[in-house]
Amino acid sequence: MERNLTMIALFAALIAALGLIPKFTLGFGVPITAQSLGIMLCGTVLGAWRGGLAALLVVGLVALGLPLLAGGRGGLGVFASPSVGFLVGWPIGAFVTGFVMDQWRSAPVGIAAGVASVIGGIIVVYIFGIMGMMVTLNKTMLEATLLVQAFIPGDLIKAVLAGLITSGLAKARPASVLSRA
Amino acid sequence: MISLTSPVETRAHGWPAGAKLAALCAATLLLFAVEDLAVQAAFCAGMVVLYALPGRAFLRVGLGRLRMLWPFVALIVLWHLVTRDTAAGLVIALRMITAVGLANLVTMTTKLSDMMAVVRWLATPLRRFGVKTRSLELSVALVVRFTPVLATKGQMLTLAWRARSRKRAGWRVVMPFTVLAIDDAEHVAEALRARGGL
Repeated sequence: MERNLTMIALFAALIAALGLIPKFTLGFGVPITAQSLGIMLCGTVLGAWRGGLAALLVVGLVALGLPLLAGGRGGLGVFASPSVGFLVGWPIGAFVTGFVMDQWRSAPVGIAAGVASVIGGIIVVYIFGIMGMMVTLNKTMLEATLLVQAFIPGDLIKAVLAGLITSGLAKARPASVLSRA
Repeated sequence: MISLTSPVETRAHGWPAGAKLAALCAATLLLFAVEDLAVQAAFCAGMVVLYALPGRAFLRVGLGRLRMLWPFVALIVLWHLVTRDTAAGLVIALRMITAVGLANLVTMTTKLSDMMAVVRWLATPLRRFGVKTRSLELSVALVVRFTPVLATKGQMLTLAWRARSRKRAGWRVVMPFTVLAIDDAEHVAEALRARGGL
């Protein structure tokens, strides 16, 4: 019980801290922050419930007014901005990532984590992100998809990284990768 | 940890947080119901006046927080210039600015402890069903405390990388970084158990 709580809280803090690391830029100029990588890792390391709760904790604290998002953003204003959908999608995306990870135990950790990150961390999160853009910017689904597609290559790279990092963690701290422990 | 609450003490700081949140919900619903450009412009002007009331310092910080919206505003206005539907584009942009501005206003005038009190009140039905909401409060405290701790450890890792390599530390730092977070979580869990647990 205590371990579940501290793992959830520390991964929430990890997501916030990843937002403070200067963002690394992809070759073709789209800046990507490491925070969505943190969302993927929540699911691949903690599993469905704990991972989803860790992401939910971050989103809840952002709503309470803590500047936990990349670039020190936060507060209720984020929930009225066009990126609201991505924020709402984080807990569900982390949950789905963890769910895939929990279910697909036959695959090697790294591959399962990579695929789970694509399904939960990209597909699910983007579905919510696009819906958020449709509402706040009053656009059709096709137009909203056009607006966000520039970020998909960066997120695909992050899904690969999530796979590599999770397989590394499974070697370094096998007992702590709770989705497989 | 720095919060987004404004150090400039306004009259709204004393108002009950629940009432401010309810008013914000009502205002946002109203914003999305109105499609008239003149009305949206009036709402937006009213929002700026609210920021100006507590003084210049408050206004500057408040408007600075809307900076992240400018790319979206530029995108929407350009988009609607191309589709020759400028009025609709301005309505969308103004509504977005006003909605985010009002929400930020609530955040800027409400202390974290007041917000937590609202959460505790909202969680009352959960306690009825026997859910222990104390662990929720403990996890909030842990996140607030450990975010700067982990950020410092991340910086140390980056510095150590820099000492060894001429290249910039990229994603490779994230793996040891996560190991540090996991180890901290295990230690804190042990410490909590040693002190009688949850």
